[in-house]
Amino acid sequence: MPTDNTRPILEVRKLQVAYGGIQAVKGIDLQLHKGELVSLIGANGAGKTTTLNTLAGVVPHAGGEIVYGGDEIGRLPSHLRLRRGLALVPEGRGIFTRLTVQENLMTGAYTRRDADGVAADMEKVFTLLPRVKERLHQTAGTLSGGEQQMVAIGRALLSRPQVLLLDEPSMGLAPLVVEKIFEVIHAITREGMAVLLVEQNANLALEVSERAYVMDGGRVTLSGTGRELLSDPKVRSAYLGEELLAA
Amino acid sequence: METLLQQTLNGLVAGSIYALVALGYTMVYGILGLINFAHGEIVMVGALVALQTILFLSSAVPGLPPLVLLLAGVVVAVPACMALGYLIERIGYRRLRNAPRLAPLITAIGVSFLLQTLAMIIWGREFHVFPQLIDTAPMQPVAGVVVSPMQIFTIVVAFTLMGGLMLLVNKSRLGRAMRATAENHRVAGLMGINANGVIAATFIIGSGLAALAGVLFASNYAIAHYSMGFTPGLKAFTAAVLGGIGNLPGAMVGGLVLGLVESFGAGYIEHLSFGFLNSSYQDIFAFMILGAVLIFRPSGLLGERVADRA
Repeated sequence: MPTDNTRPILEVRKLQVAYGGIQAVKGIDLQLHKGELVSLIGANGAGKTTTLNTLAGVVPHAGGEIVYGGDEIGRLPSHLRLRRGLALVPEGRGIFTRLTVQENLMTGAYTRRDADGVAADMEKVFTLLPRVKERLHQTAGTLSGGEQQMVAIGRALLSRPQVLLLDEPSMGLAPLVVEKIFEVIHAITREGMAVLLVEQNANLALEVSERAYVMDGGRVTLSGTGRELLSDPKVRSAYLGEELLAA
Repeated sequence: METLLQQTLNGLVAGSIYALVALGYTMVYGILGLINFAHGEIVMVGALVALQTILFLSSAVPGLPPLVLLLAGVVVAVPACMALGYLIERIGYRRLRNAPRLAPLITAIGVSFLLQTLAMIIWGREFHVFPQLIDTAPMQPVAGVVVSPMQIFTIVVAFTLMGGLMLLVNKSRLGRAMRATAENHRVAGLMGINANGVIAATFIIGSGLAALAGVLFASNYAIAHYSMGFTPGLKAFTAAVLGGIGNLPGAMVGGLVLGLVESFGAGYIEHLSFGFLNSSYQDIFAFMILGAVLIFRPSGLLGERVADRA
């Protein structure tokens, strides 16, 4: 794989997705570089989750290209995309509720054969997310929403992804927990992983992201650095209205 | 008291065979939500393939010790049934994965008829004597209970297999992948688990157990026949429902309980019905249980734990 840093690790060109006759994503372009935190914001139904699911191979695309690490991966099933280093923490976390926390983490390392490396990464996850270690032998279904989100992120990290797609990690969580999770996301990107974040809380997402894309009706309507978008009047009125009022 | 012990023993023998077959039903249900009605026929194919192998070997190489013959029968029948189970899933069910639930169910019944008919064409309509390679004659009674070496063998083999399966499912990487896939195919894929491969493995393991159950069944009752899979298949399905379909320990408990109920039922049915029915009516117990479970406790004895779901 080329180590050229200017070349994006993930590049999406003219991506289209259709669900039963409805065009959910209408030809979008996205780029993600190594170590970058990029968010995808927009209203409900804008196509953000569909985009992530399509990138991870859960939903087939109807057109366009998904180029990852220089290869077109648009036709690969999801398990083969993960093997190449593209991981998704799905909306609603997708924890295996009947498995223990430890077993959940181990499913993240399912494709790896380096037991020592897995053990070392497990320790890293524990340092990053100490709560996960406390709950290790509990059935995952008994955990709180925040703890489940931490397990979901830890589990994805154990696959050693190069690109992590995060779908609404803050959904339904208390502000303190959200803060903790965003700290973790920051720590991850510092290690060189690229993160594409879908987030309902646009204010928060723009504050932490280097760049962001705004989606509306299946299209990317705006893009820029987090700072630019935060001060963009259109973004402020359309997506940050609630936060401005609350502030 | 002696009758009680005797009936318990007989019940455990039949029950452990039901349990092996019930595991196949429950594993497939757990992962696909499908009642694989063709599963009973795998029991039959296992028995007949083993019989064919034993007959061939004993005429080709006279004088082989009986245990070697039985082992050879198993060594051929188990992989044959595993391949058959894989093919049924691959050809019959996989393309119906997202179809309405009725479609694979009807396909399963179709596969069941297909296998029975093919077996009838290959092995004919007659009953075959399955050689008694392990003695089925009772040994010296212990505490008034008569037991044959074959009965002991059956219980030992069945319990070893059940223990092995539990280890595989609960402790191994494949087992973890099976449980993850059973809970959520989509997320399992996101973990790099090839759900199709795991589902195939489930069919293969279940079919291997069914093949062994077939050999045990035929050895115990000294008979093999193209439709011999139907009744034990239906009873094993009952056992799986009794234990809570989708639940592995449930299938084992369900199988053993069903075997015991049948055995006691057969022993006491004459008294219970004032001489109106005799022990050849023992099959009604399985279906009375099925009816009762479906009415009073559809989730089964150990059915789907609900509490640990978020």
